[in-house]
Amino acid sequence: MTESPYMATGVGAENAGAASHVEDCFHCGTPCRTGVFASDQHSFCCRGCQTVFEILTENGLSDFYQLAENAGVRVKPGAGEDQYRHLDAPAVLQRLVDFSNDQITRVTFRVPAIHCIACVWLLENLFHLKPGIGHSQVHFPRKEIALSFQTGRIKLSEVVGLLASLGYEPELKLSDLDKESARPGDRRLWMQLGVAGFAFGNTMLFSISSYLGLDSWSRPVLERIFGCISLALAIPVLFYSAADYWKSAWLSARRRMVTIEVPIVLGIAALFVQSTVEVLSGRGPGYFDSLCGLLFFLLCGKWFQQKTYDRLAFDRDYKSFFPLTAIRETEGRQEQAALSELRAGDRLIIRNGELIPADARLIEGPALIDYSFVTGESEPAERRAGDRLYAGGRQIGGAITVEMTRAVSQSYLTSLWNQEVFRKERGNSLDTLTNRYSRRFTVAVLAVAVAAAVFWGFHEPARAVRSFVSVLIVACPCALALAAPFALGTAQRVLARRQVFLKNPAILETLAQVDAVVFDKTGTLTAAGAGSILFHGAPLTDAEARKLYSLTRHSTHPLAARVGEVVSGEHDPLPVRSFSETAGCGMEGIVAGQEIWMGSAAWLASRGAQPPRPAGLLGAAVHIAITGQYRGCFALTSALRPETGQLVANLACEYELALLSGDNEKERGQFTRLFGASAHLRFNQSPLNKLGFIREFQNSGRTVMMVGDGLNDAGALRQSNVGVAVVENINSFSPASDVIMAAAMVPRLQSVLRFARRSVRIVRASFLISSVYNIVGISIAARGLLSPVICAILMPLSSVTVFAFACGLTAWMGNRAGLEPVAAASASAEARDRRVWEKQIAPKEVAA
Amino acid sequence: MIMLYFLIPLSILVAAAFLGAFIWAVRSGQYEDTTTPSMRVLLDEPITRPVSPDPRKAEQESSSKL
Repeated sequence: MTESPYMATGVGAENAGAASHVEDCFHCGTPCRTGVFASDQHSFCCRGCQTVFEILTENGLSDFYQLAENAGVRVKPGAGEDQYRHLDAPAVLQRLVDFSNDQITRVTFRVPAIHCIACVWLLENLFHLKPGIGHSQVHFPRKEIALSFQTGRIKLSEVVGLLASLGYEPELKLSDLDKESARPGDRRLWMQLGVAGFAFGNTMLFSISSYLGLDSWSRPVLERIFGCISLALAIPVLFYSAADYWKSAWLSARRRMVTIEVPIVLGIAALFVQSTVEVLSGRGPGYFDSLCGLLFFLLCGKWFQQKTYDRLAFDRDYKSFFPLTAIRETEGRQEQAALSELRAGDRLIIRNGELIPADARLIEGPALIDYSFVTGESEPAERRAGDRLYAGGRQIGGAITVEMTRAVSQSYLTSLWNQEVFRKERGNSLDTLTNRYSRRFTVAVLAVAVAAAVFWGFHEPARAVRSFVSVLIVACPCALALAAPFALGTAQRVLARRQVFLKNPAILETLAQVDAVVFDKTGTLTAAGAGSILFHGAPLTDAEARKLYSLTRHSTHPLAARVGEVVSGEHDPLPVRSFSETAGCGMEGIVAGQEIWMGSAAWLASRGAQPPRPAGLLGAAVHIAITGQYRGCFALTSALRPETGQLVANLACEYELALLSGDNEKERGQFTRLFGASAHLRFNQSPLNKLGFIREFQNSGRTVMMVGDGLNDAGALRQSNVGVAVVENINSFSPASDVIMAAAMVPRLQSVLRFARRSVRIVRASFLISSVYNIVGISIAARGLLSPVICAILMPLSSVTVFAFACGLTAWMGNRAGLEPVAAASASAEARDRRVWEKQIAPKEVAA
Repeated sequence: MIMLYFLIPLSILVAAAFLGAFIWAVRSGQYEDTTTPSMRVLLDEPITRPVSPDPRKAEQESSSKL
């Protein structure tokens, strides 16, 4: 970097404040608030962004800036290779990489910062920046980069360090260590679909000639040849494309259950045997086109149902949230230690933005802990030396030292995962609508088939076997099997467009049965973004507000940003001199000749500006002192999301409601008014209490939906019949759940439930349609009259009708279901929260 | 009519070639990410690809060695 042709100049904070407008960083687009760094006539918000710019221009990658404006990602300070040295430890390395030999290593990282075309371009041109890095490929929807590097030439820590220094820090979480070797993918389904489609098209080609009528000269020869070719084409369909159906049918038969696969397999077998006999004995062309078509449609339905959302994970536990390692201090020496090695009594250093991995006691503070992921509470809480800290909190501000009181897996929060509910695999339930219906259906079909065989056995024995097989063939429940995938799959897509993501379409059936709804309070019904900020103290004058606004502009602290928004008004910022920020305490500066302190009560008190009521306020507060005199404080409160009252009132008519909160009873009055006297309101609930409450509720015969957000709801979400995780930002972390829902959709919960019920009703209606086809078909078949032509028409016709009916009606209903997200307030709150978080992670360039 | 005996195998061959192409496309992972290639197509390729061995080949070689 010393040979860089660009002159870099760091301009102090004082001048930045004086500038009439704030320039945007050329690299990342952040307003250059805390100082301007100039390089090659471009301005940068921090040295990190400037460095990336220089690296890219030096290596001929300046095209990056032409692909998208301000496409860069702000670089975390101190992102160096040293920080990742622990990755080179063989035990860690082996479990992180996908493949490694003495020449080449291949590894896949999740990089949340990937957001635009320029990112793709830069990351795929990574090999220009460091020798030894080979091919790299970005998977944009998953925000993943797969790259290879030469094993001896470059270390994993160097690769990660390079990515981090460009702003693309890979997400390395505890869960990466026990990930499966490879994603199963849906390649197999694609292949099966391809084979079935290929065979369907070709057998159809051969069959249609016999349907249209061959002349008497060519019929005997050609029909035989076409039949044999069709047979050859149908064999891979029967054994490869239909393999999963055979397997499931066998499994359910062994469990003495009738699932939808049983009648399907019966039909397929009957089709194949009958057709083979016909072809080989030269009696006819067989039904091979129907057989292949049937499987093709079935697999299409399966594919439609298997829509997954790459960027979402429904099965995350605390391990996806906790880092790989923590900094342990032993006898004054600091080292990176794997979380599994940490024991109670170890001393850990937690830096700005890092997570507390286990319950601990604060040794050296002061700490400002953000428990938002754990409790949903977004306002950071202040802690002093000696205080207990819980696992999952994130430190904001300077580094702190803590002493672990429990091992990682035994902590207050993480011990939740030792519960039994988490050990049970929650597979797809077999008790679906389709399976329940198919049970009756199979019995009916077999009864009709046997009756027909017996009837013909007495009257015309030659027809008996044929009529038996014909009934099985025509009754093959293709349309029945397609009803649920298409109706519920469409419903899943309709909801996904409105930011309600279902783990799988079958969830809709459970949603339709829900009769009790349990809410978490903080973060679910209340939102920090919607909260108000109130000033306690004598009202601020305009001049004072302008000074405070000028000061807050220099801080990247989330609380300062919130206060800044309140006091900004129409003011132009004033220049600020001698600005300094003390992490965990507050900030100070001289504005228009007056010294202003802004920060925690304790910090102000230590400097002689004693607040009148030391700890009277709940939630976070920012205290203000002007020229050494205490002036007042801004208290941040959370508030109900918009339209919550209406939602709860409407839901109360149809569902049993309950509220679980980890908070104290302070707001009980307000929520009793909201929920009504009969609702269950529980406060001071630990994560375990919440889980227990749901279980209790279920034991009284209810189908429970739990709506929650934080990790502390994870147990309840898992235990409930349908767990709904509410997130402010779809890409942010959410605990394991069945449904991930954007916060803006919470007020529309009733519409979502109603829509789920309607789509299940559509499935039932589709069953009715397919039954009508079956009755028509069976009445023909039972008389032994079923010809391949009728079968070839009836089969696709019923499938296409059901497909059109289920998809069309569901989509139409989806548009009329009143599912529009509640936009204005929460959308802006979400944007602001994101901004605040970005700011919080962003470096503090201001020197004290 | 004799022509049919030639045309039918030919038609199956052509169809099989397409099936083969489809299978190749699925196996090479083209159906796993349908978003990124659509972005990549807009990008100029300024400089040549890396000289290091193709990872997939290296992997196959090493597994065949074993």
